This record gives sequence, C-alpha cells and structure tokens, in this order.
Amino acid sequence: MKILIKNGIVVTDEYKKRQNVYIEDEIITKVKENYEAEADVVLDAEGAFILPGLVDAHCHLRDPGYEYKEDIVSGTRSAAMGGFTSVACMANTNPVADNKTVIRYIIDKANREGLVHVFPIGAMTKGLKGEELSEIGEMKEAGIVGVSDDGYSVANSSVMKKVMLYANMFDLPVICHCEDLNLAEDGVMNEGALSTEMGLRGISKASEEIMIARDILLSKRLNVPVHICHVSTAVGVEIIRNAKKNGVKVTAETCPHYFTLTEKACEGYNTLAKVNPPLRNEEDVEAIIQGLCDGTIDIIATDHAPHHIDEKNVEFDKAANGLVGFETALPLSYTALVKAGHMSMMELVRKMSTKPAEILKIDKGRLIEGKKADITIFDPNVDYTIDIETFASKSKNSPFHGFPVSGKVVVTIVNGRIVVKDGKLLD
Amino acid sequence: MNVNKKDILGISGLSAEEISSILDAASVMKRIILSGQKKTNYLRGSTVLTLFYENSTRTRVSFELAAKYMGADTVNINVSASSVAKGETLADTGKTLNSMGADVIVIRHNMSGAPHLLAKHVNASVINAGDGMHEHPTQALLDMYTIREYYKSLKGLKVAIIGDIYHSRVARSNIIGLIKMGAKPVIYGPSTLIPPEIEKMGAEVAPTINDAIYQADVVMGLRMQLERQKNALFPSKSEYARFFGMNQVNMSLAKKHALWMHPGPVNRGVEMTSGVIDGINSVINEQVTNGVAVRMALLYMLAGKENNKDVKYKASLVSLPVQEVCV
Repeated sequence: MKILIKNGIVVTDEYKKRQNVYIEDEIITKVKENYEAEADVVLDAEGAFILPGLVDAHCHLRDPGYEYKEDIVSGTRSAAMGGFTSVACMANTNPVADNKTVIRYIIDKANREGLVHVFPIGAMTKGLKGEELSEIGEMKEAGIVGVSDDGYSVANSSVMKKVMLYANMFDLPVICHCEDLNLAEDGVMNEGALSTEMGLRGISKASEEIMIARDILLSKRLNVPVHICHVSTAVGVEIIRNAKKNGVKVTAETCPHYFTLTEKACEGYNTLAKVNPPLRNEEDVEAIIQGLCDGTIDIIATDHAPHHIDEKNVEFDKAANGLVGFETALPLSYTALVKAGHMSMMELVRKMSTKPAEILKIDKGRLIEGKKADITIFDPNVDYTIDIETFASKSKNSPFHGFPVSGKVVVTIVNGRIVVKDGKLLD
Repeated sequence: MNVNKKDILGISGLSAEEISSILDAASVMKRIILSGQKKTNYLRGSTVLTLFYENSTRTRVSFELAAKYMGADTVNINVSASSVAKGETLADTGKTLNSMGADVIVIRHNMSGAPHLLAKHVNASVINAGDGMHEHPTQALLDMYTIREYYKSLKGLKVAIIGDIYHSRVARSNIIGLIKMGAKPVIYGPSTLIPPEIEKMGAEVAPTINDAIYQADVVMGLRMQLERQKNALFPSKSEYARFFGMNQVNMSLAKKHALWMHPGPVNRGVEMTSGVIDGINSVINEQVTNGVAVRMALLYMLAGKENNKDVKYKASLVSLPVQEVCV
C-alpha cells in the first residue's frame, strides 16, 4: 500500500518544514517538498504537523493479570488514539514480568492483537520485591528494552548496585522509580498545608529526592547510565541538573500531570488526582517546565496507569494511584509547553519521540527516508475540552475531564498501516 | 435559624453566622435537656442512623440520645457485624441505607473524606462524626458552645490547644471554627506531632508549653492517640507527660478563671494530670452535656427541614420558651 501525506508541516527533532511524506508498504520512501506520486491513500494534512510516531517510555498495560483495568488490545488502541506508535510497558503485572515467559506472552499478544509496537520492560528484581535479581539476561533475549521495579524503589542500595552493574552488561537501561518508602510511610498526597488541612497523610518531597540522589550517586560510582522516572519536585530537578553538569550518565523523565496540575487537584478528596509521586506545588510545576526547557529532563512519558472506576470510587486513602495518560499527553504537552511559549514543537517531538527511543535503544522516533513508517499527524488548531468518555482505554481515570486543550491527533500510522484516521480508530 | 444545608461535613463549610445560629439553637436544646422532660417530637417520623467505622462511646451515645430526645427513631449500625465486614464499599453501604429511607446518617470513619464520599451517594443528610485526621465538626461546635456559654463571645479569646495535633481532627475543626468566630488558637505539642504548615490554617504555634498556656482564656488538651502511634512519634508516655503534659503548675500560667477542656476520653497522667482533669476550672463534664445539645440542634436543622411541616416551630424555635417546645 502506498500513502501520500500532503500539505502538512513535517516536524522532527531537527527541523520544521512544509514537506510531503510518501510511504510504500512499511517504509517511508520520500520526505520532500511538493513531492507527488501515485498513492492508494492521499491524506490531506493541511495545517497539521506530521511527526515521527510518539514513543512512550513508561506505561502500564495491565496485561497479564489486571485485564479488567486494561489489556494489550485496549491499551494499544488507547496509545494509537494518543498518537503513540511505540510504548514501553512496566513489569507490575500479575504474574510480574520478571521472567522470559511473561515477556514472551506480552510480545506475542502485542504482535498478534496490538495496534502499536509494544516494548516490555522487565522487573529488576524477582516479584518486584527488591531482594534478588530477576533473570535479566533471559528477558533480554525474549525482548525487553529496559529493567524497572516501577511502582516500588529498590530500598536496599546493595541490591540496586547489583541491578545497575548486571543490567548494564546486557546494555539495558536501568529505569528507576525513586521513593524512600520508609519516609513516604502511608502517605497519600503531597505533604504540606493542603494535606494538613485535608487530614491526609503527606508524602514528603524528600522521599523522592533522597532516592534520586542515591541512584545518581550509584550511577556515578559505577559509571553506569541510569534513567529517573516521573520527576515531580523542584529539588529533584536540581539534583539531576547538577549531576548532568558533573558528567553523570543520567537521563530523566516527567509526565504531563507534573507540569499541568498541582496538589490542588486533590481538593474535595478527588481520587482521580491521586497518583504516585503525588501532584506537588506551583513552584515544582515551574521547576519541571524549566527542567524540560533547559534539557535537565530529557523526555515526557505518560505513566499511563489505568484503574477500574471501583478502585477510584472509594475513600481517598484506599484509592489506587495513577491516571490514564495516552490520550491526553500530546494535547496537554502541546498546550502547556509549546502553545504557552516554553519550547518549540521540534523540542516537544524530541521529548516525546526521538529521545525516548534513544534511551530505550530502539530504532524508532525518526521521520526519515528508509525508516519504518510510524507517523503521527497532529492538528494543533483544534480547541476543545477533554472528555473522558471518548477514551479508547478501558479505564477513564483522568483528572483532566473538562480541561481545555489545543491540538488533536488526527492520524496515526504504524508500520505503514493507518490505524487512526480523522481522530477515530479504524477497525 | 437559617442554616440550609444537606450535610454537615466540616466546620470549614460553615460561616460564622451559621455557627452562631447553631450555637443559639443548642442553648434552647440545652434547656430541654435540663428541663427534666426531655422527649420532644420535632423529629417524629424521622430516622437517624449512626454508622461508626471506629469505636466510640461518647460521640455515638451523644448522637443517639440527641436523636431520641428529638423524637427520631435511631438505628446503630455495628460495622464489624455488618455487610461492611463482608467487603461492601462505603458507596454501596450508603446507597443501601438510603434506599431504606434514612433521613440522617451520622458517620464516623478512620479515613479522611469518607463522609464526603458518602454524601455524594445518598439523599439523606450526612453528619460527620469524625473522619480520620480531618474534621470533627460537632466536637468543635460543642467546644465553642461551652466557651461561649462562659465568655458570652469568642472574640479575642486565646485558646491554647495542646497535644497530638497531627492526628487530631478535633484540633483541626477547632482551629477553623475558632478563627471564624474571632478567637486566637495557639497550638503546642511535640514537633513530631505538629502537622506541616499548620500555621497556614491560621493557628499560631507556641515555642513552649508555657508560652501556649500563658494568659490563655481556654486551655484544651487533646487525647494522646496511643493507638495511632505505630511510628514512634514520641519516645514514651512518661517523657510525654514530663514535657508535653498539662499539670497544675503549668496550668497556673493561664488566666485565673480559664476553662480547662478535653474532648475525652482522657489518658490520665499522660496528657493531663488528674489534678487538672478534676480541677475546679475543668469543664470536661459540661462539654459532654453540651455535646448532646449541639447535636440535637444539628439534627433538627437537617432532618427537621422536610419532615417537620410545622413551619411556625421551625422559624421560631430559638425564641420559644422551654415549656412550649416540650411535649
């Protein structure tokens, strides 16, 4: 099949230019101004951006084990709707993705039924318990692109050291969820005036910052790269900035909710805004945006974390952590960062496509001739409010319902196949 | 009385005027209690349910008696023996009780915000009888009632609140209410039990216990919640008593006729010595009586709205002589 995308503006991490894109079967064969050729499908991208397909380095597909929240089919449909053509899913499934059998199951199911590319991340430690190394080598053979105990921190520094050394031998990124659980205690939201007023146990910012610092120190000592997940605090950004200045091989991510929301979203015991790390304060939001702009924070990930409504329609203390993110990430980021004047569209493409692919060492995130055709067409000119009922995800747990944004994904192409057209899934 | 609300979830949702009118109504209720003939029929035909997820004697009995004095039918739901123990969610429990025709549900819960969740799922009025570390509005109302009864007005009074502020919903509701009524709450306790940024709620944090008590018009001790101290927030009961406890020596720094208060139950010899608890300035037992009066007033305001068709009674309750309101 041949597809010609016309009249749009190609935006990569390096340039922004009016070009046409020609796809033959799975491959991008031409990226050129005014290029014309015979095609089975001609897509008119007038006024829209043609982007390399987005890459999400951090999501939860909940499959196997929690299919009532999401599964590989619904999760990848949701990803496609959000313009993601590649997603890396975390290991906190049931059973835990800490062995090659579970990894193979995920890859097989994604290949058969998934709408976008799925790259599993394997558990660092068996059962995410933070005690013994999981079979990282065998999982690498089965297809993992990184290791993470996301959801938990490896509390024992000696175990963490072994994870870093061992995973590095297999050239796998070490992806760290940073949280000192002893300090976080049973906290359920950011610690401060609002947690005091609401009578909820707070999570100190220091519980995140201590672990960021520890993992950076280990990385420096061992001279091994480390990737810090979902940075949410100003001091966390500062620690990473200094580490980079000192030559530590650290990369970092944040999520749209950490630069668009504050703890105020929890008011009225709104469990949809319960997430870990918790939403912080205004000064943290500013520091996260600053960190994104000056390159301290390399990428934006979704941390797409679907939960059933029954897990949110409970007391705040009991509610599950996390929010769905695939279908809001690009419009939120575009609105809060590009439209607000903090960064260019090219920089956003870098943070949501090129760089995450680089960190995961996968051949994605580039819109150039000869590459597989993973492409997202994003129309920045549409203003609307987010409606959770339109989500393709099985779960609707988003605090962004009714949030005004600009920009909509209109087309998603995976391996030369159009999976989303006119903003709708093609079934 | 002009409090027109479906629920009483916290002092934060009440204005100074609303608090005043609740306290005014409570003084009528107190006369009913003291009149000897306590039974009225204002809430005849109304049903008040108490749903307690935490153990409680005084608050539960206080609500139950208040409802009975007002002529309502009461049902106490024993959570540990109910379907809650079988895993039913709070929202579902609420819907069930609502379908059975409850007019008022009084809820106590160990988790902050639980009454707010319940209120979203029921048509019945919800009264928060204490939620986690958040609020305990009826306790603060009875405390303010007690203070106002002695001082006539709360304006300008220094109210020292001493003890485990972190876990205390009583402290939070009192701080909010006292500030609304023009009093000056000053808090003190071990630094590990002072919640972060509490001063943003408007309370002053005293540097020492003596500073807190000095020239206070009211000194309120809080119960040391020993059952919540799993994280070792202070070293021992004896050290607590030594540095953070109220005794006749430090209490002498308060004004001569200051009120000594405690929401109960008291850990004698920990947060307060027996000399303070049973001292001449102590109004701890009056607080309990006033609690029933305040709860009667609230129940009347909530359940009386629709069920009491006698508008004349509703509108003029405050000004009625005791004999008329009794049956």
